[in-house]
This record gives sequence, structure tokens and C-alpha cells, in this order.
Amino acid sequence: MGYPHAPHARESLVLSRYFGDADARTLAGWRARGGYEALGTALSLDPLEVQAIVKESGLRGRGGAGFPTGLKWSFMKPDGKTHYMLCNGDESEPGTFKDREIMRWTPHGLVEGVAVAAHAIYAETAYIYIRGEFTEPLARVSRAVEEAYDAGILGANAMGSGKRLDVHVHRGAGAYICGEETALMNSLEGRRGNPRIKPPFPAVSGLFGRPTTINNVETLTAVPHIIKQGAEWYRQFGRADNPKSVGTKLFSVCGNISRPGNYEVALGFPFKEFLYDVCGGPLPGREIKAVIPGGSSVPILTRDEADGALMDYEGFVAAGTMLGSGGVIVFDDQQDMVRQIARLVRFYAHETCGQCTQCREGTAWTSRIMERIRDGEGTMEDLDTLVSIADGMTGKTICVLSDSCATPVMSGLRKFRHEFEAKIAANRSMVTVPGAFRASAA
Amino acid sequence: MSHGPSASGGAMIAMPLNGAHDTTPYTPVFTGARRSELDTIIARYPSKQAALLPALWMVQDTHGWVSNAGIEEVAAALAITPAYVKGVMTFYTMYHQHPVGRHFIQVCTTTPCNVCGADDVVRALLEHTQCGELGLTSADGKFTVIEVECLGACGFATPIMINNAFVESVTPESVPRILSELL
Repeated sequence: MGYPHAPHARESLVLSRYFGDADARTLAGWRARGGYEALGTALSLDPLEVQAIVKESGLRGRGGAGFPTGLKWSFMKPDGKTHYMLCNGDESEPGTFKDREIMRWTPHGLVEGVAVAAHAIYAETAYIYIRGEFTEPLARVSRAVEEAYDAGILGANAMGSGKRLDVHVHRGAGAYICGEETALMNSLEGRRGNPRIKPPFPAVSGLFGRPTTINNVETLTAVPHIIKQGAEWYRQFGRADNPKSVGTKLFSVCGNISRPGNYEVALGFPFKEFLYDVCGGPLPGREIKAVIPGGSSVPILTRDEADGALMDYEGFVAAGTMLGSGGVIVFDDQQDMVRQIARLVRFYAHETCGQCTQCREGTAWTSRIMERIRDGEGTMEDLDTLVSIADGMTGKTICVLSDSCATPVMSGLRKFRHEFEAKIAANRSMVTVPGAFRASAA
Repeated sequence: MSHGPSASGGAMIAMPLNGAHDTTPYTPVFTGARRSELDTIIARYPSKQAALLPALWMVQDTHGWVSNAGIEEVAAALAITPAYVKGVMTFYTMYHQHPVGRHFIQVCTTTPCNVCGADDVVRALLEHTQCGELGLTSADGKFTVIEVECLGACGFATPIMINNAFVESVTPESVPRILSELL
């Protein structure tokens, strides 16, 4: 639902049905709403059967990459090794605040999803890594885990199944990069959060060098619903002509929009209707100028491009961007795109872990150049330099933070080049044209 | 991570108060019940080192920051070197390497909040706390204000964190009232 707003008639409430309902936070309240029935079912099934249901449902990763969840789980074999289940609750992608609300309002839904997943990948131990700033989600999820242990849902004999299931909550300490799956593993192991070179992939050597599956909070929270209501039920959400993107998705909407908040819609929803109808459109008297639809790391759309987009993995790719994390950032006609892109770049410059040269140097220099253009001190050559640096930052590093910094610069330059050039032109007339100072002051 | 002043000059971590160092004797954290708590945490992982972030949190929760003595205590408890602990600790922005104000205020100024006027919230906070500059602590030791990257509450612009509590939808106008409620 459109928390903190009332649900909109066009939403499809699955994950967010109980947002704002404090009773759903407790074990008794969660059970009264059908909670932990899916875990009971899953524990009575062979892990391969659970994997098959999730594969059949078409669920894909909701953290950004969109990898098919069931397929990811099927990489985990009954090989007798210690396996780990990891839940990524390090939500830090600018524009995204959906996992926060899941953990605040339905912590048991997450714990149940984590437990189902652990069983499905032959793991006895799961860790939920939550970013350090999320103090309330940390408290809620920790409390839910505690209640689940006390009720025998977790522990040595999970729900009387004879199987051991341990879930632990781990608090981060302030680092965007720890949302990258291998950086998160290093962080949990008590190291600096530097991403690891892949391969080996986590399914071969992940947390503590063991086969590991890592999924996003939203992905895991969808799992119990799928187990309970079936793969076929889940596949009904989506547009008929795109079977690759099914299910519901939470979109966090922020920036210059009338009703910011979280909204859950079926994938494939028309983006224009979403922005103007569900979210109430721009503030009175303003117009939407640009939209970043999937968190700060995906390409910026102009208003026209956004108007024609469909909200699923393929739909956003067709519009020239990505679904990403579902963090929708709206910019209206009062915004200076150069200033806002410079601010985004500064974010990446601050958050780079610094291990790859292209990223460490690229984010810092891009930030300096963007800020001098913003301050009216840029030159036309700077625009070429930005493109050249962005090229050197794309597809050349251990993780994609570097690419993510280049993305708003490249899409911004392509779509809002006139704003960059206007700032530079103002500068050039001051510096290079004799008499221009007096002329422009007049 | 670039932990110094950012390219645009805004401090993203707290600075030492007038360069002064804390000289009060260090009280160990991991004794009695707190030691048992740490042992419980260590038992969750196949390696002791995995308890490093939790152990640092325990020190900071007790003392308000992590001093060199705190680093040494954590290192001894987890059988790793103090240099390693410091190397890890300084990667993360939330551990304080210096004492900070009683009310440590983090203001999100990343793009989604920025387009909703976060910079004005920063200005109002600096003015009304009398901190003067980002990262500095007010003369009465009451406040430290820093800018922080995305707090993950973008729909409630501008969110700020005061110690462990979130305050959402802060405006320059609401700043005086929010501050007046802090002791």
C-alpha cells in the first residue's frame, strides 16, 4: 500500500498489505494473518521441491539485478558441505526505502522467507545483514527472530520438523558498498567491505568460503506467499505479453512528487499512470522534467521517455533504463539537472571502496569536474573529459559502483546537455569574450 | 572510502573537538554480562573475527565513541591485531573516532532529499545548534551535525538521525522545535 498513504485501488497488495498495522509485527498477530504456514509447508517438502515452486513462480531478484530466484537456489546442491543463507538488508540505493518498510511492519514475513530459503538451499544457518542506520528495522527484525526462537519456529527442531534452522541479525556500520553481495560477505566476516572478484561465485565460495545464497529482503518476503498460494497465483501479476516479469513489486517514490511513499503494483504497470494517478503527479503548478526509475544507479529518463515506459524488467530496458531496485526519483521543472547529477556523483565518490583505480580516481575526478561545471567554472572540454572518464569507468572494475557513477553522467549529458552547455556558455562569455561582462550585466 | 572533507567541502565525519584528545581512563566494556553477551555473539559465527562489527558497536554504545583503548580491547577479545581492527573500523562511517556531541545529528543530503530542500535543513541545524560547521561539536558539547549519504528514507524528505532515532520530514521551520525537545 502507499504507506504512509491509504492504499490506492490500482495497487496489488501482497507484501505491503499490513504496512501500518502494528499488530502484524507480533508473532501472534502474524500467525493470525496466516504467518508461518508457508514455512510449515516448506519444511514438509524436499528442498528440491521448494526450489521448483519458486522457479515456476518466475520470481526474480528485487534488489536490482533481477536474477531468477529459483535458478539461483538451484545452484545449491546437497553436497554435505556447510551452506549459508544470507539476506541483504543493506538497502542504501538512493531513492529506495521499501525494505525498510518491510522490516519495520512485517518482520516475521521476512524471517519466514529467510527460513524457507535456508531450507531450500540446504542451509542450517542464515544471517540477515541490515544497514547500521536502520535502527528501527534492526529492532523489529531482531525481536521477530527472538519470538520465532521462543516459539520453536527456529532452533534445533524448527517447527517440529527435526531440522535445525538458525537465523541471526547482523548490523552494518555505514557503507553503501556493503549492499554489493560479496562486499556484504566481507563485512559480515569482520573485514573492510571491499567487493570480491568473481568467480568464484557465492554459490561455490561465499560467506566464510562456503556455498552461499544471497537474496534481497523483498525477494525473500515474497517467497512465503508463493509457497502458500502457488506459483500459478504469483504468475497472474504481470502483463500478458511478458512472461519474463511476473509478480508484484514495491516501488519507493520520492523527490518532487505529490504523494511520496511505497506503492506495490503488478509488474508491467504503465509508468505514466503510476506517476500521475497512483502517486498524484507533480506538485501543484510544476511539471515533471526527469525521472530515475530504479534507484540512482540506472539511467535518467526524460518525461516523455518515462510516460511511455512499462514498469518491469524488460519494459524499463526498452525505455533505455532499468528496473533496478524500484527506487523512483522524480525531478520537476524547478530542478537544475547539473546540480543534481553533481550531487549523485558526489555520493559515489564518497561511497567507493577505493580498491579499483578506475573507480577510486574516476569518481573523484568526475565529482570535481561536475562541481566546477555546476559552479559556472566549466569548459566545453570538460564535457569530453567526462565522457572519456565515464568510458574508463564502465565495465572495467570488480563491482558496478564505478559503472553506477558513470550512468547518471552519461544519461544526463545525452538528455540534458543543453543545461550543461548553458552553464558553460555563461562562464565562457565572462572569461573569453571582450566586453561580454558589461554586456551580460546589462 | 574518502573520509575527509568531501570534494565540495562538506564534512562527512565528525572532527576532533579543538584537536583535544580524551584523557579519561578507559573502562573496559567486555566484563561480566557484557562479556557473556559478546561470547553469545561470537558463537553465531564460525570465526571470532566476524564479531568485529558487533564488538565495535558494543564499545561505541558504552562510551559514545571508539578510542584507541577501545580498539585494543576489541582486538584482544577477538584475537586480532589493533591495527587490523582500526583498518576495518575506519572503513565504516558510523564508528566515531573522536568524542562527539551528546546529540549526534546526521542529515541526509543525497539527491532525493536534495531536490526537496535538504541543504536548507542543514543550514537551519547549523544555525540553531550553534555548531557553525559540519563535523564540529557545539561549545557546550551538546550537538554535532554531519551530512550523511542516503539514509534510506527518501519518501520522508528530509530525514535526520539524532543518535539512534530517525526524525522524518524535517523542514528548516521544524528544526527549532525538534532541537528544543532534546535535553
